[in-house]
Amino acid sequence: MSGNSRGGQRGFLALELDGDGAHPAAWRKARHAPDELLTGSRIRSTVLAAESAGFHVATFADGPVNSRPDGMGCDVAGRLNALHRAAFAGPVTSSIVLVPEADTVYTEPFHISTQLASLDYVSGGRAGWLVAASRSAEEAAAVGRSFVEGAGLPQEAAASVEVSRRLWDSWEDDAVIRDVPTGRYLDVDKLHYVDFETPPDFAGAGYSVKGPSIIPRPLQGQLPVIAQSGLLPSAADVVLVSAPTPELLAAEVAEVRARWAGDGGRAVIGGGPAVVAELDVVLDSRGQSASARLAELDAFTSWSSSRARFVGTAAELVDFLADLLTVADGIRLHPAVLDVELEELAQLVLPKLRRRGVLKPVVQGATFRELLGLERPVSRYRHVGASAGRGAEATAAVVGSEN
Amino acid sequence: MTQHSRAKFQSSGKIQFGIFFQGVNSGTIWKAPESGSQTDFESFRRIAQTAERGLFAAFFLGEGLRLREHLGRPHALDVAGRPDAQTMLAALASVTSHIGLVATQNTTYNAPADLAHRLASLDLLSGGRAAWNVVTTDNAWTGANFRRGGYLDHADRYVHAEAFVETAKQIWGSWEDGAVSSSVSAESWAAPSHARSVHHSGQHYSVDVTPRLPRSAPYRPVLFQAGDSPEGRDFAARQADVIFSAHPKFDDAVQFRADIVSRSLAAGRGANDVQIMPASEFILGATDEGAREKKEWVRSLQIGPQQAVAYLEQFWGRELSAYDPDGPLPEIDPVVEETSETRGSGFHGAKARQLAEEWRAEAKEKGLSIRQFVSSRTSRVDATFTGSYTAVADTLAEYARVGAVDGFNISPWLIPTGLDDIVNHLVPRLQERGVYPTEYIGSTLRENLGLATPVRSESLEPVPAGNAR
Repeated sequence: MSGNSRGGQRGFLALELDGDGAHPAAWRKARHAPDELLTGSRIRSTVLAAESAGFHVATFADGPVNSRPDGMGCDVAGRLNALHRAAFAGPVTSSIVLVPEADTVYTEPFHISTQLASLDYVSGGRAGWLVAASRSAEEAAAVGRSFVEGAGLPQEAAASVEVSRRLWDSWEDDAVIRDVPTGRYLDVDKLHYVDFETPPDFAGAGYSVKGPSIIPRPLQGQLPVIAQSGLLPSAADVVLVSAPTPELLAAEVAEVRARWAGDGGRAVIGGGPAVVAELDVVLDSRGQSASARLAELDAFTSWSSSRARFVGTAAELVDFLADLLTVADGIRLHPAVLDVELEELAQLVLPKLRRRGVLKPVVQGATFRELLGLERPVSRYRHVGASAGRGAEATAAVVGSEN
Repeated sequence: MTQHSRAKFQSSGKIQFGIFFQGVNSGTIWKAPESGSQTDFESFRRIAQTAERGLFAAFFLGEGLRLREHLGRPHALDVAGRPDAQTMLAALASVTSHIGLVATQNTTYNAPADLAHRLASLDLLSGGRAAWNVVTTDNAWTGANFRRGGYLDHADRYVHAEAFVETAKQIWGSWEDGAVSSSVSAESWAAPSHARSVHHSGQHYSVDVTPRLPRSAPYRPVLFQAGDSPEGRDFAARQADVIFSAHPKFDDAVQFRADIVSRSLAAGRGANDVQIMPASEFILGATDEGAREKKEWVRSLQIGPQQAVAYLEQFWGRELSAYDPDGPLPEIDPVVEETSETRGSGFHGAKARQLAEEWRAEAKEKGLSIRQFVSSRTSRVDATFTGSYTAVADTLAEYARVGAVDGFNISPWLIPTGLDDIVNHLVPRLQERGVYPTEYIGSTLRENLGLATPVRSESLEPVPAGNAR
């Protein structure tokens, strides 16, 4: 496409792989029995299908499953941990980026940081973090914490992301030296305490994190951080944008982009976070129209979603996505029924988008940062000098101290 | 089984192996040309797949939630920096099919509902191969990395851990068996009211959760525990499936077995209900002499001159780098009242001056240099089996015959090739002697260890606060 507002750059496609699909009744149309959902083989087959279809990114939702039992029974009521699903997918895939959702409110920032860094290692640098700030009172009660609401949520998210960012930098890239003559495996001058403290106006229970990390710097240096627009005003590498209808989506994407760029939404990648549009998708399949399929699913359980919803043919979707990619850096699709929509997307949508030249190439072994066009950053502590590793002359003074 | 047979220990006549990928500590040699990466996934994949080729029961990962320190700085001399245990095991689940996946996870700096959920997730993901090595921490030094900081007194740690494990077991037992439908035309994804909620309100935390995962095929993750104090042993006898013990020497292992059998019976469990796998190291060769020579090489790389001096520094509390590692122990006295052993490992609190005097006397009497003395002190001394493949196979067969242990949890001294000798040469000789599995019995860790399926706790009532039993 020429003359698009991103300067002709091509975009990427992400697919949410949660459960049997985004529609709560999706499991009824899944091509397997309910008890085959929460298994490794299901993760393997879906992520490989997404990769071979040409998706650039797979995302893995997390958190409590809202299954409201009624007279007819219940919908999917279980969910494997998202970080586990992404980690399991790491060694069996080679190009698709793996992005688990991980909460920042009711989790330990130190654990999340270590887990995500580990995911980067098991995926060969193809990891990202979809930052969530749980609004669930249920999750608060599960871990015995006070419920956090309102302005407290972005504060928790920002604090947890800052902890991870500092910990990921706390080992400089060349901290492991394996220097046989001096007997040193590590150069302690390249390890750094992070000394994070929540700010004075922090609404929730304040905390501190000492560091350094217990794992070396992630392969990417810093994992790309993804968040819903508005959650992380300054720290996200990718923002997710939603609108009530497909028609409003492009304008919303342009507006969000303009907030960073200040030039009417004509910034290119690198001028601010990448902007990714969120879209629910229902397609015609095997002779049944999308609207008929949706009606059938809705008859079981109604589907409420904050995202725009595309209901139509594969050809219409191709046109819609190609247009949207002139303003958005990427689009995340939420398939109504994963087994059904993924088949249609793989056969009728992605091949045509590739032919139109609107998609970035899929590169074996490329990192998520490379997909986003982001440099591998130097550690923020690179020039700080001996932070965790004190000079030898200072050592005597800290003997036996707690640090 | 009858009450009588449950009360009498019966040896299975077999031993099993686990592999403990340490990732931290001086046991792993990083100075050799064949020393591989401690963080690349390929190191983990290679060693896990080698272990699986050798029919190992389990792959263990350790955990330390603060980077080890020495004299107030990160400890520089040993391998350090390791992946999160569960994240790595979830990845290994996709490239292995039978080996058990054991995550060391802390009860102090995790929330019970979250940790139980993630372990259940790993168990389902791996087809019933997950296990949890339950460890406790109480120091504020580690707590400095967490929201709650150091909140737990040393004396409370097992009380806390036991309430934690009881809560986890309730969470794993909260869904009815077969709650999720196995029919493609089911009317309901799961049976209505398939899950019971779990409540716990105790001194240290409260839990109010409706668990969101069904039971796995083996019901719940296998529980390992490594505590060695009387309280730790009783805790293990009540709660654990397998003890990761520190008693590999034959007579010691036999005694430890007897002790655990009596503690298990006292806890109302059967004599065979708690298995024992001591930590161990193997240095093997085609001949005994070859193995002894290899051992010299291994030890020289595990305890280099700097490590030997650093070992003393942690007890002396001061720099000793001016001392010759091949000379006598320092004559100067420690500068601290209590030892400040390298943080993140081992024990604290021995009386430094008294210890130094004892050690100096011992080294003088035996004519040992700093390096020789330190080599003689490490726990690996007792845990190492050195010899020809045949001789070590004979030794292990005797362990199996009397049931001294159920297996050995092996720490390889090289990553990622450290199991090759064991799998290629020792395992076949053990199989010839009929004391080692010739195939995986089943697909779950519980089946492969020969552990009974646990009975669901009768009551989902919460454990009373602070209940130590």
